[in-house]
Amino acid sequence: MLPLGATAGGLNFMEVFVQQVINGITIGSLYGLIAIGYTMVFGIIGMVNFAHGDVFMVSAFFALIFLLLLTSWFGIASMTLALILVMVVSMVLTGLLVWAIERIAYAPLRGSFRLAPLISAIGMSIVLSNFIQVAQGPRNKPIPPVTRDVYTLWEGANGYPVNLSLKQIIIWVVTALLLAAFWYVVQKTALGRAQRACEQDRKMASLLGVNVDRTISLTFVIGAALAAVAGTLFLMYYGVVVFSDGFTPGVKAFTAAVLGGIGSLPGAVLGGLLIGLIETLWGQYVSADYQNVAAFSILVVVLIFMPQGLLGRPEVEKV
Amino acid sequence: MMTSHRTWDSDPVLSVEHLTMRFGGLVAVNDLSFSAGRGDITALIGPNGAGKTTVFNCITGFYKPTTGMMSMRPKDGALHLLERMPDFVVASKAKVARTFQNIRLFSGMTLLENLLVAQHNPLMIASGMTFLGVLGIGGYKAKEKAAIDRARYWLDKIGLTARADDPAGDLPYGAQRRLEIARAMCTGPDLLCLDEPAAGLNPRESAELNALLLSIRKDDGTSILLIEHDMSVVMGISDHVVVLEYGIKIADGTPTETRNDPRVIAAYLGVDDEDVEEIEQELDEAAGSEEGRA
Repeated sequence: MLPLGATAGGLNFMEVFVQQVINGITIGSLYGLIAIGYTMVFGIIGMVNFAHGDVFMVSAFFALIFLLLLTSWFGIASMTLALILVMVVSMVLTGLLVWAIERIAYAPLRGSFRLAPLISAIGMSIVLSNFIQVAQGPRNKPIPPVTRDVYTLWEGANGYPVNLSLKQIIIWVVTALLLAAFWYVVQKTALGRAQRACEQDRKMASLLGVNVDRTISLTFVIGAALAAVAGTLFLMYYGVVVFSDGFTPGVKAFTAAVLGGIGSLPGAVLGGLLIGLIETLWGQYVSADYQNVAAFSILVVVLIFMPQGLLGRPEVEKV
Repeated sequence: MMTSHRTWDSDPVLSVEHLTMRFGGLVAVNDLSFSAGRGDITALIGPNGAGKTTVFNCITGFYKPTTGMMSMRPKDGALHLLERMPDFVVASKAKVARTFQNIRLFSGMTLLENLLVAQHNPLMIASGMTFLGVLGIGGYKAKEKAAIDRARYWLDKIGLTARADDPAGDLPYGAQRRLEIARAMCTGPDLLCLDEPAAGLNPRESAELNALLLSIRKDDGTSILLIEHDMSVVMGISDHVVVLEYGIKIADGTPTETRNDPRVIAAYLGVDDEDVEEIEQELDEAAGSEEGRA
């Protein structure tokens, strides 16, 4: 009955499964936060911002530097306070960085041929990862553990525990709160309405007095702020970050956005959670070595059989 | 010639001077000058391909004209040169709103949201670029309520209050047209440019449109510039008619004047160019003899 490779789980099938679901939701939340940046930018200007994964990585470095500053220089003892401060600073700095990137590398290419901003984004991605490699060094950068608290939900046979760590709870709660705030912005504020209007008809929005250029910039900035939250949480969860950390989560979040239906915000979150779950369960029951292969195979399969994704709207030709 | 007052000469809200728009070798609009009077309903008419929509596109910043000057004087007394403005500034500062021949509602958004997008700028400022608004700081709530009230006023005026929370794309055609006009009005314009608002409407809807446009002028004091083929609309409600053919102005005056203009008749009936001169001569002679008698 058990799939091949399920070693430790043989006796404790249920416990192992639940544990992996917990892990999967945690990592999936981070993918979801990053995926929103991809999906929003795609929705509003039809561009895949390939630098987004590296923006996420840079935000983790902002968090790292500021956290070390706070703890070692200013000697802040409360990790909760430090974490909140770090997150806010990382959001602001990453927002500013992306605003600058958008102004320099994307805005001048608006109205150019479709591939131009895409190529520019790939260039920006290389610039960011190489800059961090040079400036921060090519090795893993560690932080002292933010918290070691772990709650055991229950124990299976032989005392196999199902654990939920405080870090995971923090990730779930922060993600949920931010998604709620973000949802409010998109649905209920003038900016959100302008974003949705620009998504449907940029020219018309402009003729109603909406500053489309600024709306696009703010869309990039909001996506970056969410990626910065993911970056901070990522750093807290794994305790290390390295210059190449942008690539894999970046592409997985992009996969999540495509799986959920690119352009759809709930789709991005759903896609992120699914990718996180598929990845961890695949790692548990099939092969940990082929975890990434599984995640990216999904991208190919979805693009072939379901290009509009789970919650995306089917592409309708405008007449 | 006429003794009746001509607002477009004495108090123009929009003056277009020597406007030319070339696309490569094609001259879509050639040295066009006209004015739209404050509080007037001005109709821009002409056969298909005469360049009417091109004029609209120049006025609203959609195109940068090849040459020419377009000055807009909103109620606040300022003077805006439209050819120098990006399109969203034409809407927000110069207070010019427009609709298109084809319907361009945000079909996935609700009716109310469509009308709120048109009030984006005051709300954006009141919410401190959103961040303060989310935190509930500042007068955002009150501003938002005012915006919703204004949207409701317009929904009421176009008879769509009951459908405020439906997606705009679900409305029937005639209602979508009315909603577009309401949305344009929610930007608080001094000049409303309507591109064929009566296209595709049945006679009853067309009559309702006339009433709506007249009430916009009366209640909101907004001047209207419209492109229209439906002569019942043009002759029924406009104060001033400008006729274009092949990008050139061929007549400019009150509806009665233009209706009797031989070049207009020729343009609409498709008379040959040589015949136009003939008709003109005949009419000149007729007019001369009338003057002689008077």
